[in-house]
Amino acid sequence: MGAQLRLLRRRIKSVKSTAKITRAQELIASSKIMKAQARMQAALPYEREITRAVSGVVSNTASVDHPLTVEKDQPTRAGVLIITSDGGFCGGFNANVLREAEALKGLLEGRGITAVPYVAGTKGVTWHSFRSREMGGRWTGFSRQPSYRDAKEIAETLIESFKAEDGIDEIHIVSTEFVSMLTQTVVVKRILPLEVVETEAETEDAILPYFEFEPTAEAVLESLLPRYVESRIFTALLQSAASEEAARRRAMKSATDNANELIKTFTQQMNQVRQAEITQEISEIVGGANALADAAAGKE
Amino acid sequence: MAKLRVGVVSPEREIWSGEADMVIAKTVDGEIGIMPSHAPVLGVLVEGGVLRVKRGGDEGDLVAAVHGGFISVADNEVSVLAEQAELGSEVDVAATRDALQRAQASVDADAEDAEAALEAKRAKARLRAAGEEV
Repeated sequence: MGAQLRLLRRRIKSVKSTAKITRAQELIASSKIMKAQARMQAALPYEREITRAVSGVVSNTASVDHPLTVEKDQPTRAGVLIITSDGGFCGGFNANVLREAEALKGLLEGRGITAVPYVAGTKGVTWHSFRSREMGGRWTGFSRQPSYRDAKEIAETLIESFKAEDGIDEIHIVSTEFVSMLTQTVVVKRILPLEVVETEAETEDAILPYFEFEPTAEAVLESLLPRYVESRIFTALLQSAASEEAARRRAMKSATDNANELIKTFTQQMNQVRQAEITQEISEIVGGANALADAAAGKE
Repeated sequence: MAKLRVGVVSPEREIWSGEADMVIAKTVDGEIGIMPSHAPVLGVLVEGGVLRVKRGGDEGDLVAAVHGGFISVADNEVSVLAEQAELGSEVDVAATRDALQRAQASVDADAEDAEAALEAKRAKARLRAAGEEV
């Protein structure tokens, strides 16, 4: 009996300390979501402007013949940029991204295209190296606070491989989009060959102005397109960072709730055991006293 | 007279936005001055250039160091998309002078050092934006 009581006490203590840790993680994550969201907001104007500039150029020059916009007839290799987190404790966040990436890989292979993974985030990198899959590129260490430099680095590797003769013919991004505090969805986007995506739905009849170019349309496009790709990747990284914190907050909240539930159950069990012990002791004492009294009565 | 609506943005934040009478920037073809009702233009900016926004009235000019990027003009709206940009008023002059000296030293030591040359160019632009003589 005493042993069971001790065991329960020990478990309660350990669950309590776990709850403290998860609660702290939850609080940290919620304060970080705010920051991540602010960074997302701060990056919006640039993305909007660059998208407008790209659509301006593309609508002006009738025949855009830039290597980054031309679709190959027979694509054979596709790069898949997978954005995961560096740390764990974020529930199904990475599993969801990797599952979607696997689905995309299957889809591409069905079309006869080999998928080459380019992975950002420690979790994705270990996932791939554990399965000894070859990666076209790997980046780690910035999943919670991506800077534009990181996005640039990734974009450079991808564009270089895209331009190379025997490189990749398509580039897809698999990342998590931050919809709201409670909803994050995994999205798959093709970024190259380029399809200009409007960030805001524009009215049909809005006519884009006829631009003059300094120095020439080709030169502008040549330096504009890589920036556009960088900006898209940067946005994906920021969205993923915010989603990671949101996922972490949710996972840690449910962990804390579970721990508190466990503590409650264990405390009840412990009280029951203690009660039972006391009852037994009392009945033993009463039984013993009765036996003594009976024996004394018999003698007289 | 109509005013220009100007926005200076970098990937990580919006640096400045407001109204102005004239914007002067340096593209790869040379300096370009934009006043209201300018024809739509899309230009590539040089590395280490200085952007000047004439706000008119009592407010002085807004000067910023802009490193690469684009300027796009349409419908009296001017957007400057800079990969890196810094307002003249935000420049730490002493630190930038140090950076310039360091970069200059590595350029002198190795004329092929493109990165140091670029760094020197940027430092110069920052100092010029802060109103210092270089």
